[in-house]
Amino acid sequence: MTGTLLFFGGLAALALWWLSRQGLGTKPWLETGALGDVPVRGTPVPAAKIGLGMFMAVVAMLLVLLLSAYSMRMEMADWNPPPQPALLWANTTVLVLASVALHRAVRAVRRGRRDAAASALLVGGGASILFVLGQLLAWRELAGAGYLPANNPADAFYYLITALHGLHLVGGLVALGRTGTKLRRAPLVRLQLSLELCASYWHFLLAAWIVLFFTLAFSPPLDWLVALCTAPLR
Amino acid sequence: MSELAHGAGGPIPAAEVPEMELPHPHGWWTTYVFSQDAKVIGIQYSLTALAIGMVALVLSWLMRLQLGFPGIFSFIDPHAYYQFITMHGMIMVVYLLTALFLGGFGNYLIPLMVGARDMVFPFVNMLSYWIYLLAVLVLVASFFVPGGPTGAGWTLYPPQAILSGTPGRDWGIVLMLLSLCLFIVGFTMGGLNYVVTVLQARTRGMTLMRMPLTVWGIFTATVMALLAFPALFVGAVMMLLDRLLGTSFFMPTLVEMGQQLRYGGGSPILFQHLFWFFGHPEVYIVALPAFGIVSDLISTHARRNIFGYRMMVWAIVIIGALSFVVWAHHMYVSGMNPWFGFFFATTTLIIAIPTAIKVYNWLLTLWRGNIHLNVPMLFALGFIVTFVNGGLTGLFLGNVVVDVPLSDTMFVVAHFHMVMGVAPVMVIFGGIYHWYPKITGRMLDDTMGKVHFWVTFLGAYAIFFPMHYLGLLGVPRRYHEIGETSFVPASAQDLNAFISVVALVVGAAQMLFLFNLFWSLRYGKDSGPNPWRATTLEWQTPETPPGHGNWGRELPVVYRWAYDYAVPGAEQDFVPQNQPLPAPTHIAKGEATA
Amino acid sequence: MTAALIFVLVAVGSVVFHLLSPWWWTPIASNWDYIDATITITFWITGVVFVAVVLFMAYCVFRFRAKVGGRAAYEPENKRLEVWLTVATALGVAAMLAPGLFVWSRYISVPADATEIEVVGQQWRWSYRLPGADGRLGAVETRLISPDNPLGLVPNDTAGQDDIIIEAEDLHLPIGRPVKVLLRSIDVLHDFYVPEFRAKMDMIPGSVTYFWFTPTRTGTFDVLCAELCGSGHAVMRGRVVVQTEAEYQAWLEGQRSFAQLAERR
Repeated sequence: MTGTLLFFGGLAALALWWLSRQGLGTKPWLETGALGDVPVRGTPVPAAKIGLGMFMAVVAMLLVLLLSAYSMRMEMADWNPPPQPALLWANTTVLVLASVALHRAVRAVRRGRRDAAASALLVGGGASILFVLGQLLAWRELAGAGYLPANNPADAFYYLITALHGLHLVGGLVALGRTGTKLRRAPLVRLQLSLELCASYWHFLLAAWIVLFFTLAFSPPLDWLVALCTAPLR
Repeated sequence: MSELAHGAGGPIPAAEVPEMELPHPHGWWTTYVFSQDAKVIGIQYSLTALAIGMVALVLSWLMRLQLGFPGIFSFIDPHAYYQFITMHGMIMVVYLLTALFLGGFGNYLIPLMVGARDMVFPFVNMLSYWIYLLAVLVLVASFFVPGGPTGAGWTLYPPQAILSGTPGRDWGIVLMLLSLCLFIVGFTMGGLNYVVTVLQARTRGMTLMRMPLTVWGIFTATVMALLAFPALFVGAVMMLLDRLLGTSFFMPTLVEMGQQLRYGGGSPILFQHLFWFFGHPEVYIVALPAFGIVSDLISTHARRNIFGYRMMVWAIVIIGALSFVVWAHHMYVSGMNPWFGFFFATTTLIIAIPTAIKVYNWLLTLWRGNIHLNVPMLFALGFIVTFVNGGLTGLFLGNVVVDVPLSDTMFVVAHFHMVMGVAPVMVIFGGIYHWYPKITGRMLDDTMGKVHFWVTFLGAYAIFFPMHYLGLLGVPRRYHEIGETSFVPASAQDLNAFISVVALVVGAAQMLFLFNLFWSLRYGKDSGPNPWRATTLEWQTPETPPGHGNWGRELPVVYRWAYDYAVPGAEQDFVPQNQPLPAPTHIAKGEATA
Repeated sequence: MTAALIFVLVAVGSVVFHLLSPWWWTPIASNWDYIDATITITFWITGVVFVAVVLFMAYCVFRFRAKVGGRAAYEPENKRLEVWLTVATALGVAAMLAPGLFVWSRYISVPADATEIEVVGQQWRWSYRLPGADGRLGAVETRLISPDNPLGLVPNDTAGQDDIIIEAEDLHLPIGRPVKVLLRSIDVLHDFYVPEFRAKMDMIPGSVTYFWFTPTRTGTFDVLCAELCGSGHAVMRGRVVVQTEAEYQAWLEGQRSFAQLAERR
């Protein structure tokens, strides 16, 4: 759980930093008046972006908890992880591609070029579908080699972690599809917001995947942190 | 301080906040059923939670019948008893308390109290309710499947939860885990709404430090819930896989009734960590909204500003943050690394300090107040007594070595019922009596309310206070009968019978409450827009009950904090938050001399 | 007025109940009277706080009840008072935590001369294993559990040959000798709970947990299971008999070791 605590600590620090700028030390009973200059919001960030940010924090918590569970289990003696199919490297590349494509789609729509945005979105969506298919192929490869979920916890963790990540990507594809329907007619501002949301989510899922992949392939990068933090207890 | 001058200016135009596009209902179906109005969703949440709560109440009667009069009710065998405790616990904690405080009170009050027209994502908000309802229905369905609901205890500890020695192992546990996953998905949708609404949709002038503590409590609790529920989600999914696919996340090598099972290599204690990483914040997810609401009830009905508002806000935030680093105090005797005991006992007892500050400030709000003993105020007082009692026994259980003899005894049962059963429920009742006039335009009947309060408060206290002593005696929890022992005297059984009788009476009193809810809808006194003469925005709506969009044509502008009661120099003993009265000059002077 | 009175009665009634209650912890039979002392300290501190809070609240309800034309005092906060209360609370908390942590450090440091014994939990009975003449417990493996080898001892481990196996019988312990109880479960969670010993700990299948204590009083004590373990949880009972050294040795003579049991089969 050390990883989880570190992650939570980071979030808490962020929240406290934000709170510290909200005038929590003021004495509100003295401040009667309309506060015409009160920054109700510093920059008018659309609610959807804040909502997505919160959602990504929740998903990140979910994945961090999984990784914590993974590393807790890893410390036990009979840890025996499955080999990582080479396909995963290809999949990672494809996901990077999807992320880049969506980034380009945002840039295109910012310049008002719907066509360029459409093709970039298509590439992004296609690459994402390819990633999901690639992940399924990797499952098949592993299962074919006899690494089944019921065999041992390490195998089960592999399937669970990749499945949860994949499901979140599939959910994102639904949103991406809806954005696709807006390409032609929706006002540019709206389209831009939708695309920006999709792109951030994809970058997030890419970052999450890289952490997950490296954890699965090379044992947790958190390992040394955990060791450091629990050293005084040993 | 410099802002003081602004008060003198003329009224400030309100329309700077962009109008929301509200999905206005067309016809009955979208007004009352598939409504996207947070107020309707709040009522739907509350009614569903109360309905499933009734199921849990009946289950508690059955349990008490068995404990008070063992052997008389032959249909309550150990199987059934374990199913009752499990379903009672899970329903009360998750499907009643969490859903009612956040889904019910949160939906109804947040937009009104911060001066918003609605939640920021109304469609997602509606979806949240329907998924919650689905979760409740899946849970209820488990009563009707072969083998019945799970009897694994609300903690659902593996390996026991999915092995055949536990009732409901075939279907009950699967439906329970599915239902929890659904609940979490639905809650996340609602929770994102509550948080973003507080962050983004506050009306002009509503700074964070002008928000009522109710909003602070619900807001902080929601943030916590968003971060804590994933732990339960992960645990539930992993256990589902263990049960259905034969994985071994939580299942070590084991021999069940002489049979070697196919499981191997899992860690049961891993589940406990995940469960309590959710489970302990969950306590405060229920407590913080209660803290917030009770602060507003006390302040309004004592006609006095909440004492130490800033401390109250800081305490809520600090408690929220600390509650994530105390989870393992539920696991002192779980066999985890014993050195963790030092850390978790210390963090746990540190939480007592901000919590105590909140209690002091409630008391100091009463001190030199002008206390109206209305029904909501009575419930708030009942909350203080039961919460302080339950909080103090928490100091026993949080202090690692004291927990050793008391853990898993009736002392624990008494403690958590007092602190997170009775106390929050007191606040829920108080809140309902307080806001019912806003929701319906009518007052709940006062006499029925007072009877309801005294029977519930004194009864609940008489149930759970003596129960601690059964625990001291050593009576373990989750026993359907004590049976023959050398250390439990026969008189303990008399105490059990007494508790059971009182429990039936208290349960019956809730029927009076339900009757009052429906009776007053029709025959209650007309309340007017602001019967309690309260300052907060929800009482200042142009219509009562508020219409869709809450505020008519213009959003309110907020000129002051939520607690301007008994302001020296003001005409009345309360100044609504949206009243642009120039600040009475002697406040500033009075503060300067103080 | 009435309300205030009732709240006073709740506080006073709680104290009276506490003083007159016939329900109190069982007489202790182990060295953990520290734990009882810590509970007593906690009772005093929390009791005083509880009574003070409720009485103060009742007083406010009585003294500051609404009067016609009455108005509350205006005082948004009082920093000095709040700081003072915080410090007092912190001191009270420290007064409970310090002895608690002190006793906990004893609880988890097992004396070097403690005899290791093993308790094995399974649905829904207790079995025990004593180390035999060599003073060591042999290795075990859950996979090896079978009707012939109910505790799963590794057959070729020499340390295990003289281990005494006690199934479906009372556990006997000599008085005055510290015992380190190793706890093992072969199916679900259990918890070896003897109220008179105060100490307890969960048993986790797949790992071995422990606690230690020294029996200080002879007699026969009930063993219960304190962690929900399925529908037979409440009937998972056993007994511990604490005896003088001589009686204990006499009992030990009659017990069979793993090797003897294997021969008989």
